[in-house]
Amino acid sequence: MHPAPSVIIFTTFSGLGFGLLTFLGLGLPEVTGMTAFLLFAVAYLFAVGGLIASTFHLGHPERALKAFTQWRTSWLSREGWASVIALALMALYGAGLVFLGQRWVLLGYAGALMSLLTVFTTSMIYTQLKTIPRWHTALTPVRFLSFALAGGALLAGQVKTAILLLLVAGVVQVAHWMRGDGALAASGTTLASATGLGRIGDVRAFEPPHTGSNYLLEEFVHVVGRRHSQKLRVISILLMVAVPVALLMLPFNHLIAALAVLSHVLGVLVARWLFFAEAEHVVGLYYGKRHA
Amino acid sequence: MTQLPAKTERKLGLVIDLDTCVGCHACVISCKGWNTENYGAPLSDQDPYGANPRGTFLNRVHSYECTPADGAAQLIHFPKSCLHCEDAPCVTVCPTGASYKRVEDGIVLVNESDCIGCGLCAWSCPYGARELDRAEGVMKKCTLCIDRIYNENLPEEDRIPACVRTCPAGARHFGDFADPESNVSKLVAERGGMDLMPEQGTRPVNKYLPPRPKDRIDSDAAPALKPVAEEASGFFAWLDKALEKL
Repeated sequence: MHPAPSVIIFTTFSGLGFGLLTFLGLGLPEVTGMTAFLLFAVAYLFAVGGLIASTFHLGHPERALKAFTQWRTSWLSREGWASVIALALMALYGAGLVFLGQRWVLLGYAGALMSLLTVFTTSMIYTQLKTIPRWHTALTPVRFLSFALAGGALLAGQVKTAILLLLVAGVVQVAHWMRGDGALAASGTTLASATGLGRIGDVRAFEPPHTGSNYLLEEFVHVVGRRHSQKLRVISILLMVAVPVALLMLPFNHLIAALAVLSHVLGVLVARWLFFAEAEHVVGLYYGKRHA
Repeated sequence: MTQLPAKTERKLGLVIDLDTCVGCHACVISCKGWNTENYGAPLSDQDPYGANPRGTFLNRVHSYECTPADGAAQLIHFPKSCLHCEDAPCVTVCPTGASYKRVEDGIVLVNESDCIGCGLCAWSCPYGARELDRAEGVMKKCTLCIDRIYNENLPEEDRIPACVRTCPAGARHFGDFADPESNVSKLVAERGGMDLMPEQGTRPVNKYLPPRPKDRIDSDAAPALKPVAEEASGFFAWLDKALEKL
């Protein structure tokens, strides 16, 4: 898949933002006044900024409100609803903390639940696609949720929880890669099934329908060199998990925490780039671009 | 509404005969020609006369080489457009309801004034049947020439999709798959019409007729004639000897 910057930024930052909102909703840490304001500001900047970034890849962003209508079948529509509800609940909850010094516990829990549900709906947009076997697995929502929770704990300054969740996220990511590498072959979709010509013999793409490029090739047929991707995998795990965990083990100060966050965010961006760039859409088979 | 209908009254679609298709791409051109000036936004081209020409097409013809285990390779031309699936994933993923399947005839359409151009329907289509128009920012796909098949301003013989009307080889057929007596249902029954990527669970309406088995010459090739001149003589014999000595 084409790794579009808007979608990479959206999923990375909205995941982190909603992860932080989850922890704030749970009262971890219990903050009021100015501290609460700053934490909520970061969470909203990430969550809303991410959502706005996601509209940049739309052909007609001015019609985006129509996306709220089809929640019965569409995970993208459900994501819209979940994010608006989560942001509204958490805004109310945050206002209580910041302006009234009041913590409405149940409202916070509801907001935390909706924040996680938002991340889940985002992940289901990708998980539902049978056409991309690498994504079509229960590990995809686990991956999105574990990233959001780890990043949220890190941003919320929950040092011990963050260390544990970062390690979990690392393990989930590695498992997602390992399963993903064999996913296209395991899906059973091949050039033979795509053309129905497997019954005659070996099928090979002989001549493409057009000499130039097109939307399908630009959007779905992004090929990453294997050695390249292995290096990026190592870099992403180092930045996302290893460096932040090592920094969090040191005696706490704000500079170290900021470095841990920066490293984590960079690592997640690399992992997210790989998530898209490595994903093989089956339409590539028709163009002879996939070798399962 | 992006919920799929439980059942459609008719199942209009195409049969594509891979045995007959000669790979002339006439269907590609007639499709582009009709659909760029009729239903919905035109099918734009980017840099059409420049170094990197590309554009939106609703129908494209691939060519594949098939090599049987015990025979010569075959070249098969393979036209591909929307298959108007019964379980169309492109319909249910649409967040706005722009993508829908018609109850009356099963045609999968895009209401372009509701399309936000998110591209998710194209992501969900295993066949690459949908292309986002780069100029208009909306999703384009085969309409089964909905503006021809019901168009009473056209002569009756033209009330079929443009690709079917134009095919010089007769490799494309249009009809109602819900009617077991229709031309397309009979063709599918007689020739073993097949689904593309059945494992994707999309239940495509369009069917492909596999190429007929090729004739095989079972006996060995005709025996070679005996050479009439074993030994060279004259000038060439001298040349041969001279060259060997060098």
